[in-house]
Amino acid sequence: MISFITRRLLLGVMTVWLISILSFIIIQLPPGDFVDAYIAQLSSSGSQVSAAEAENLRQLYGLGEPFYVQYGKWLARIVTGDFGESMEWRRPVTEVIGDRLWLTLLLSFAALLVTWGLALPIGIFSAVRQYSFADYAFTLVGFIGIAVPNFLLALMIMYFSFVWFGASVGGLFSAEMALAPWGWAKVWDLMKHLPLPALILALGGTAQLIRIMRANLLDELRRPYVVTARAKGLSETRTILKYPVRAALNPFASNIAYLFPYLVSGSIIVSIVLGLPTVGPLLVKALVAQDMFLAGTIVLLLGVMTVVGTFISDLVLMWVDPRIRHQMD
Amino acid sequence: MAQIDSEKYAVATQLQLTWWRFRRHKLAMISMVLLAVFYLLAIFADFLATQDPHATDARTSYIAPQPINLFDENGFNPHVYGIRGVRDMRTFKLVYTVDTSRKVYIDFFGRGYEYNLFGLFPTDRHLMVLINPERGDGIYILGTDLLGRDLWSRLVVATRVSLTIGLVGVTISLFLGVLLGGISAVYGGMVDTVIQRTIEVIRSMPTIPLWLGLAAALPNHWSVLQIYFAITIIISLLAWTDLARVVRGKFLALKEEDFVMAAELAGASQGRIIFRHMLPSFASHIIAAVSLALPAMIISETSLSFLGLGLRPPAISWGILLQDAQNIQTLALAPWLLISAIPVVVVILGFNFLGDGLRDAADPYG
Repeated sequence: MISFITRRLLLGVMTVWLISILSFIIIQLPPGDFVDAYIAQLSSSGSQVSAAEAENLRQLYGLGEPFYVQYGKWLARIVTGDFGESMEWRRPVTEVIGDRLWLTLLLSFAALLVTWGLALPIGIFSAVRQYSFADYAFTLVGFIGIAVPNFLLALMIMYFSFVWFGASVGGLFSAEMALAPWGWAKVWDLMKHLPLPALILALGGTAQLIRIMRANLLDELRRPYVVTARAKGLSETRTILKYPVRAALNPFASNIAYLFPYLVSGSIIVSIVLGLPTVGPLLVKALVAQDMFLAGTIVLLLGVMTVVGTFISDLVLMWVDPRIRHQMD
Repeated sequence: MAQIDSEKYAVATQLQLTWWRFRRHKLAMISMVLLAVFYLLAIFADFLATQDPHATDARTSYIAPQPINLFDENGFNPHVYGIRGVRDMRTFKLVYTVDTSRKVYIDFFGRGYEYNLFGLFPTDRHLMVLINPERGDGIYILGTDLLGRDLWSRLVVATRVSLTIGLVGVTISLFLGVLLGGISAVYGGMVDTVIQRTIEVIRSMPTIPLWLGLAAALPNHWSVLQIYFAITIIISLLAWTDLARVVRGKFLALKEEDFVMAAELAGASQGRIIFRHMLPSFASHIIAAVSLALPAMIISETSLSFLGLGLRPPAISWGILLQDAQNIQTLALAPWLLISAIPVVVVILGFNFLGDGLRDAADPYG
């Protein structure tokens, strides 16, 4: 158990480290150094930067020194919470990102819950009532979930809800709540808007999990121990839920580590289509405007968030599934 | 199975067995035919296009899809009606009316814009062009976009770009996957550990933000072709991990097989064992894995281009076409722009079914 946690923790640290390098590369990639870009940005908006100030900035970011020194300086400032300034917004990056990071996290987490909440019962149902009408219906929905990329799904839902109901489904808040300070009313408003985007985001992963769950459970249901359990007079529900389902849960265990990154990744593009106030639209805008500190920071924070989220879901799973606890000892 | 069949079964080659088994998978067969049709569309894209996909004309902006009429009073004589745009003086929107009195006839294998067939032979022959069109006339079977470009012509050209980007990307991923997966399995130990941990790290990163970041950093002055290859490489860099896992798993499983040991005892070199004995027996698994990896590639490219950070206009791909359909105002005005979504869905579904069929058929003795 300890070794499992250590392994996961090490993996997480490695991932964060690699993501930090990639984020830094993203910041560095545009031609010219970013102090030049920054100065150009400032002077185009009317303010002047003296040569001394520019030199100061260069010193601060270690420009002209080898890559690893620059990276080190950048990392050192990140650790103290200084992520740099957004050139476009002229404000510290952390301030620009604000609530958006937490809303991204919330959306991805909601999608994770939806994925599990749907895949588990539907997978069990489809396997137990194999070839029933409902099984075919779920299979069909599953194929749609796999074949329609979630941004397309979002587009279509938006279009049809506009045609049929004349209503726009975008956003995470209603218009009057968007700028309101946080309070119970706003949280309630968020809760009302959250299910649809979470469902759109979750469909792809859910479809895959249903297929895996169904196939695994079908294999388990044919095993002799199920016959034994029935022969001993266990009720049908108990027979199925107590043994084969638990054995078939394995894919949930092995896939979970990759489900969360997948959802975070998908949330970016779904948010853009639906106009959700997550980091997605901000990231794309920053990239298009070459506002690299903002973009790099968002990539880094998303990466860290994903790693933490995955680690937590691993822990939860370890707590639920005794096999993981014991196989590692 | 009849007696003769089982005799045939006993002497059939592995390829035949795989094919027989694959044939039983109806959906996979249908998908294979469908995908073949799509690739034919891609190969003959310019020939099938009715108009230059890049030609813009403000006077043909947002024309709804127009049918081709097959018969006129003299029998079979395919034609379209002339279209007249009138500006609504209150909304300043162009309103199109079909002028049924004016028939514009279609010439099969006629001359249109110039292109290179298969990228090699310059020609200007097209399947369908109009005879003596007036300005604004055209074969608009799927309608036009904001800039008055014909959606059908753009869609066939986009199909070529999106389908080949999938193939090129998968080829790169396959190379990386087989190389690293193979090294991982053959050498084992420390090398294996490093490669496997790297795969786990890559798989636990959110891919879209990273792709976006890398794609946005591509220089603006690059040509369409350079961007195309750069995007393909960016996508493949994170996509090879699944293939590497399949290859490594198969390698490790086969290592224990009797026929490998027999080859070893007979004194075959390591290279011969790998390429002559092991590779043929898991090639089918790799093909199945590839056909399951292809749709993911296509979705990645489509998503990137959709966000405006993948391929850039004047390149045409499914993502770029869908980018036009991005907001609800446009969709309300020109819902036919969503037609571009249909090939995306059909091709992804097709590859998934094909991959399923291949995976089942990959083990003909199982």
